[in-house]
Amino acid sequence: MIIIVSILIFLMLVSAIIAAVLKDLLSAVIALCVVSLIAAVLFYLLQAPDVAMAEAAIGAALVTAIFVIAIRKTKRFEE
Amino acid sequence: MRKIISAILLIIIAGGITLSLMKIPFGIPKTKVGEYYINKGREETGATNIVTSVVLNYRGFDTLGEITILFIAALGVGAILSLGRKRTDKKEKIEPTSSIVYTGCRFLFPILLLVGSYIFIHGHLTPGGGFQGGAIIASAFLLIYLSCPGKRVNEKYSKITESLAGLIFIVLGLIGLAIGQEFLFNFLPKGTLGTLLSAGIIPIIYIAIGLKVGSELTGIIDNLIEKS
Repeated sequence: MIIIVSILIFLMLVSAIIAAVLKDLLSAVIALCVVSLIAAVLFYLLQAPDVAMAEAAIGAALVTAIFVIAIRKTKRFEE
Repeated sequence: MRKIISAILLIIIAGGITLSLMKIPFGIPKTKVGEYYINKGREETGATNIVTSVVLNYRGFDTLGEITILFIAALGVGAILSLGRKRTDKKEKIEPTSSIVYTGCRFLFPILLLVGSYIFIHGHLTPGGGFQGGAIIASAFLLIYLSCPGKRVNEKYSKITESLAGLIFIVLGLIGLAIGQEFLFNFLPKGTLGTLLSAGIIPIIYIAIGLKVGSELTGIIDNLIEKS
């Protein structure tokens, strides 16, 4: 159990760093989406299914969609 | 130089957070009120989901505040995006989406609506509730916006739904205030624990919250896609 949680936290950290470093904003948004998804899985494993549902629905789906819409209306690459 | 300073600052912040988190005994109930909710919550509210009993019964007034925050956020998005630019009805060429996306989204839309409704109707029995169900319903509408460009939610009906849902919440709270001398007093019979028609006013309020959150988030997506 604690090994699975540690691996998930490590993956979450890696994708968070990737989201901060990438110059391609679309890929950064996808990395952020991965952070939210892993957070949802972690909430579920730590026996908080209510928060896991909210995180998966809002963090992974709606926030990603809003960011993608914003990128489509502006520029894709950071200078 | 700047990088070194920011690295030192980050290390200090990380150390502070670690020191303060080390003293918290996770898993051991420290506050008495939490123990009280876990032990007495089921009998007092009739909801098997303790989170729901806290969110809608013990802390029901705070939930009204959360709903208001979401409403103001949706209002702000609508105001910023519709003011300040002339609404020219430009005739863009609508590109049809690929048939895989189209068919997949059309297939998923009713299933997502069903799952969202299930989650907020069963909010007092199973994990989840109005906010989660509403967000799932909004993502179902997002799929329609993605797959069928040009198709929009009827703004009039979505606004009527949103206003009615908010009205139901506040009117139920005021009826509770009139009967039981406190806002959101649970004046309906609690029924047997664990059945769908139990827990008094909690399911009605959660259905109202689900519809309100769903229509508000759909409105935000609609504003972002269509008006900007």
